[in-house]
Amino acid sequence: MNLDLTPAQRAARERFRAFANERIVPFADAWDREEAIPRELIAALGREGWLGSILPAEAGGAGLDRITYGLLIEEIGRACSSTRSLLTVHDMVGHALRRWGKPEIRERHLPALARGERLGALALSEPNVGSDAASIETQAVEDGESFVLSGRKKWTTFGQIADLFLVFAKVAGQPAAFLVERDAPGLSIVPIHGMHGTRAAMLAELHLEGCRVPGAAMLGRPGFGISHVAATALELGRYSVAWGSVGILQACLEASQKYAAERVQFGAPLAEHPLIRAMLAEMIANVRAGRLLCLRAGFLQERSDPAAFAETMVAKYFCSKAAAKGASDAVQIQGANGCAPDSPVARYLRDSKVMEIIEGSTQIQQLAIPRFDFPEL
Amino acid sequence: MAEINETQSKIKEFLSRFFKNHDLQPGEDIFSLGFVNSLLAMQLVAFVEKEFDLTVEDEDLDLDNFRSIDAISALIAKKRGVPAGA
Repeated sequence: MNLDLTPAQRAARERFRAFANERIVPFADAWDREEAIPRELIAALGREGWLGSILPAEAGGAGLDRITYGLLIEEIGRACSSTRSLLTVHDMVGHALRRWGKPEIRERHLPALARGERLGALALSEPNVGSDAASIETQAVEDGESFVLSGRKKWTTFGQIADLFLVFAKVAGQPAAFLVERDAPGLSIVPIHGMHGTRAAMLAELHLEGCRVPGAAMLGRPGFGISHVAATALELGRYSVAWGSVGILQACLEASQKYAAERVQFGAPLAEHPLIRAMLAEMIANVRAGRLLCLRAGFLQERSDPAAFAETMVAKYFCSKAAAKGASDAVQIQGANGCAPDSPVARYLRDSKVMEIIEGSTQIQQLAIPRFDFPEL
Repeated sequence: MAEINETQSKIKEFLSRFFKNHDLQPGEDIFSLGFVNSLLAMQLVAFVEKEFDLTVEDEDLDLDNFRSIDAISALIAKKRGVPAGA
């Protein structure tokens, strides 16, 4: 296993970093306050090929390898977790559609998703269903050559503006997955405002009231909607959230190092105070450990190793927890300044909490991880 | 114990990671043994695709194709266009 980046991966990271520093970092706090990211940014991400970037060239995508993809997610996540979450959910939908969609549906939607001209969003959670995904209450009833969906979805990231929703519903008691277009009859979208973290991720509720979709819109088959279709999307989602957490932690580290070097208390910069140094040391160690776990997971994914599933889960578990701890320390180092309006570290703290919840909460990972057999490195 | 071929042997070795301390038989229904959930499901698909160089597709999603070592072996044979057990 070679963990060195290739020259092409290093060059790509420089490009991602330059874009993030120029186009996202200066504005992220304002977007957080306004609870939206601008359409121009989304268009720019699409032009760069970074919406649907893991889709292969034959599907119209950039075909990024999993390591380069991770570097993209880290850099965007370092700048703005809300923007990162757009890439995460959009890519989850494209990935699941390519894997399990019927040819006519793939041909119809993948090219536009791969170019970022249409945005995908995931509709799994419901008012009564979070971690226990198999208990979804939304129903899909077969009617001739179509299905009629009824139910309510909640916490759909970028649901306010997405064009295509991957909706999970039960068909005669069996979980299934459907691609639902925004203008499908019977679908209405209600924005959710005032979220604690990733505030600019434009969350929405989806109300499905007799929403009719063609039979071909079903991905996979009834009975496989959660175990295969959602699992395909969520594995990529966990990978993305793991790298995004590394990005948050890197941002916390950079902000903390800068502040600790400049802020003088008791006659010396904070960085000279042992208790502050301890927090910086832990951030440095965790960001390096987290990145290695992500690289390991990406390496296994790249060679389609079944062990990638468990390694990705470990990466998500570790990195989201490390980001939350690092963000808490970053605020602690800055004291009241870290709690101020428009403080980036306050945003990192709120956003890092979300990372411990989405794509399988810390507790779900804790239940699952000991069940795997981890091969020796 | 029934004799098993190389394909069945590879499947058994993979599944044995999930059914520790249990000598899984070729025709045994793995769904009846518990621990067949979304954690195993996609790993099983990934294993079959990588180990046997094929793609599990939409129409292959049938629980009966994954119910036992024999069933998975038959799916692989079908995907390869050769008779099961060959």
